[in-house]
Amino acid sequence: MKYLDEFRDGELARSLARQIQQTATRSWAIMEVCGGQTHSIVRNGLDQLLEGAVEMIHGPGCPVCVTPLELIDKALAIASEPGVIFCSFGDMLRVPGSHFDLFRVKADGADVRVVYSPLDALTIARQNPDREVVFFGIGFETTAPANAMAVHQAKQQGLKNFSMLVSHVLVPPAIEAIMNSPSCRVQAFLAAGHVCSVMGYWQYYPLVERYRVPIVITGFEPLDLLEGIRRTVIQLEAGTPQVENAYERAVCFEGNQPAQALLAQVFEVTDRSWRGIGMIPRSGWKLSDAYRDFDAEYRFSVGNIRAEESPICRSGEVLQGNLKPNECPGFGKECTPRHPLGATMVSSEGACAAYYNYGRFVAVDSIR
Amino acid sequence: MSVTMKVDFSQWSCPLPLRDYPSIVMGHGGGGQLSAELIEHLFVPAFRNTTLESMADSSVLPRPSGRLAFSTDSYVVQPLFFPGGSIGDLAVHGTVNDLSMSGATPLYLSAGFILEEGFPLSQLAAIVDRMGRAAREAGVQIVTGDTKVVEKGHGDGCYINTAGVGVIADNIEIGPTRAANGDVVIVSGTVGDHGMAIMSVREGLEFETIIESDTAALNGMVASLLRFAPHVHVLRDPTRGGLATSLNEIAGQSNVGILIEERSLPVLQDVQSACELLGMDPMYVANEGKLVAIVDPSVAEAVLAAMREHPHGRNAAIIGRVTEQHKGILAAKTPIGGTRIIPLQIGEQLPRIC
Repeated sequence: MKYLDEFRDGELARSLARQIQQTATRSWAIMEVCGGQTHSIVRNGLDQLLEGAVEMIHGPGCPVCVTPLELIDKALAIASEPGVIFCSFGDMLRVPGSHFDLFRVKADGADVRVVYSPLDALTIARQNPDREVVFFGIGFETTAPANAMAVHQAKQQGLKNFSMLVSHVLVPPAIEAIMNSPSCRVQAFLAAGHVCSVMGYWQYYPLVERYRVPIVITGFEPLDLLEGIRRTVIQLEAGTPQVENAYERAVCFEGNQPAQALLAQVFEVTDRSWRGIGMIPRSGWKLSDAYRDFDAEYRFSVGNIRAEESPICRSGEVLQGNLKPNECPGFGKECTPRHPLGATMVSSEGACAAYYNYGRFVAVDSIR
Repeated sequence: MSVTMKVDFSQWSCPLPLRDYPSIVMGHGGGGQLSAELIEHLFVPAFRNTTLESMADSSVLPRPSGRLAFSTDSYVVQPLFFPGGSIGDLAVHGTVNDLSMSGATPLYLSAGFILEEGFPLSQLAAIVDRMGRAAREAGVQIVTGDTKVVEKGHGDGCYINTAGVGVIADNIEIGPTRAANGDVVIVSGTVGDHGMAIMSVREGLEFETIIESDTAALNGMVASLLRFAPHVHVLRDPTRGGLATSLNEIAGQSNVGILIEERSLPVLQDVQSACELLGMDPMYVANEGKLVAIVDPSVAEAVLAAMREHPHGRNAAIIGRVTEQHKGILAAKTPIGGTRIIPLQIGEQLPRIC
C-alpha cells in the first residue's frame, strides 16, 4: 500500500535495528508517549529487535486508558438520560466506569452510537432536532481540532441540541509529570508524531532544557519508530539531549497554525485528572466560556458526580516503568481485562493487559 | 350484525390477498390466510422443491447412509442488503458452511423468519429469492420453514434462522481437536472482506471504493479438497472474530501452538486500507466465504492446488504451521522479523481512536 509499505520494509528495519544495537553501549530506557506507537511496537515486535539496547517504556498516551473514571461515570449518566443520542468513538464503549460501561447502558435501552468523526455526530444532531445529541470528545491534541471544529460549526449553525463531553489531555504536561516523579526511570522520549503535526514541536524545548532528556518527534510505522529510536540512542550516547524531528514528512516546527488558532478559540487549558496517574495541573482542555452552551457537563448537570479510583490499582507506577504488572497486588485477581481497575488493563496495548493476555501462558519466550 | 357482537381477535385475519399489502402486517404471522398466501406466493416459488410443496407439518426425508451433521445459526445482519450479498445469502451460506466444516455434504435446510410489522414485501421477496438461488447453487433444499411477525419496533426488519442437516462419509474425520505438530495451515483466500464490506455501508462510513462481501457456499470446495486429501485434520470457516479467533480456538482445542507468517496472509488492498484507517486488524474481521484448513504437510500442496482451482479459492495460501511450542497460543512472525502473539479478543473489534 503506497505511503505505508515503504515504511514497513523488513530489510531496512533490521538494518536500522542493527545500527541501534551497535550504537548502544548500554540499555537505555525510552518512553514512547503515544498509544498508537505502543500499538505499532507491539504489533511489529520491534521491542524484540532492540532487546539489550533499548527498553521501551509504554507511556500514558492512550486517551482511552487515561480518561478518568469520573468522566466515564458522567458519560454513562448522560447516555442514560431519556431522549439523548450519545455518540462516541468505538473503543470508549468498553471502558468501565465505577459500575458498568457504555455497552451496558446501551443494552439497557440507551441510544449509544459509534461514530468515526465528531462531524458525524453533528449530522445526527441536524437529523434529530427533537433529540439531544452528545459527543464524547476525548483524546490528545491530535483529535482536538476535529472536536473543536464540530463545536464551532454547531455554534455557527445555531444548533441547540448538540453538546460535547470534553476530556482532552495534553502531552507536554504529562511529560513534565513523569519527569517530576522521584522514581522516574525514563531517559528519553519519543514524542507523538500526530500530536506534533497539529501542535508543532516548539513546546518541547523548555522540557529538554529543564530535564536534560532527548525528545525526538517520531512517527508510527516501523521504520519511523526505529529511526526515532536510532536518533534518540545517538543523543543518549553522546550526552547531548535536544529536540529532534524524525518525522519530517508530517511535522514542522510551527505545526498546523489554523488548527491551533481554532483550538485557542474553542478550548481553554484546565487541570485534568489522568486515570492511573492522578491530577496533573494544566494538562487538559475544556470548552472555553464562549462555547459553554455546548458543554455537556453544564447542560446535563453532572458536575456533582464523583468517583474514586481503585485503591488497589498501581497502574501509575506501571506506566512509569517502576512496577512490573504482575507485581501489582490486584493483577489477575481483582483486575483483569474483563474487569479492569486501571488504565493499563483497559486497552489491549496497556502493559497490564499485555502481561495478562500473554504472560499467563508462561511459554511466551519460546516463540522468540 | 350488531356492534356489540363479541369479536375473537385471535381468529381474526384480514381478508385482503397478499398482493394488496405492500408490507408485512401482523396477520402474516397469524397462521391464517395471510400466512398461507405468503407461503404459497413467496416462499414456495423461491425455494421450489417437492418436499416443501407437500405442505405437511414436517418434512419427511429419506434416511441417508453415514453419520449426520446438524447445525443451526441465526442471521441478524444490518444492513439487510450489502455489496456482494444479502441476509438471504448469508442465511444459506452460513449454515451450509458450518456443515461443510465437519466434512459433511449439506442436504437440507430449514428457514425460520422473524419479520417486523411494516417490513416491505418487496424486500422480503428479494431476500427469499436470494436464499432460493443460494440454495440451488449450493445444491441443498430448503424443506421446512416458519414465519412469525413481531410488532413494529420489536425487530429489525427481518431476522432469519436456518438449521441444516448433512451427511458425513465414513472415511472423514475432521474436527477442531485434530491439529497436530508439523501440520500446515492453509487459508482459502483473502481475509476480512465480509466484515469490511458491512462496515463500509453502515451509517457514517463512506469509502471511495466498494468492498464486496465474500459470502459464498464452501461445500463445493470442501468436496473437491477432500477428494485430494480425505484426511484433512481441521476445517473452520472464520466468520465472526475472523481468522485470529478461529486459529486461537483450534490452538486451544488441539492443545498446540500455531505460528503464522504475517506476510503470507492474503488481504485485499482495499480491505487493508480500510483497516488501517479504522485501526482494525483484518485477522479479526469476519469472513463468510473462506475456510482455513489444517492438513498434514504431505498433502499441503495438493490441498492448496485443489483450493486454487475452485472459483472461491483462487487466492488460497499457506500461511503457517502447527508447532509443539507455545501450546494454546496463536503467534505471528511479523514482516519486520519480530514475533507477536495474537490473543482472543474480549468482545468485537472496535475502531480505535488513535
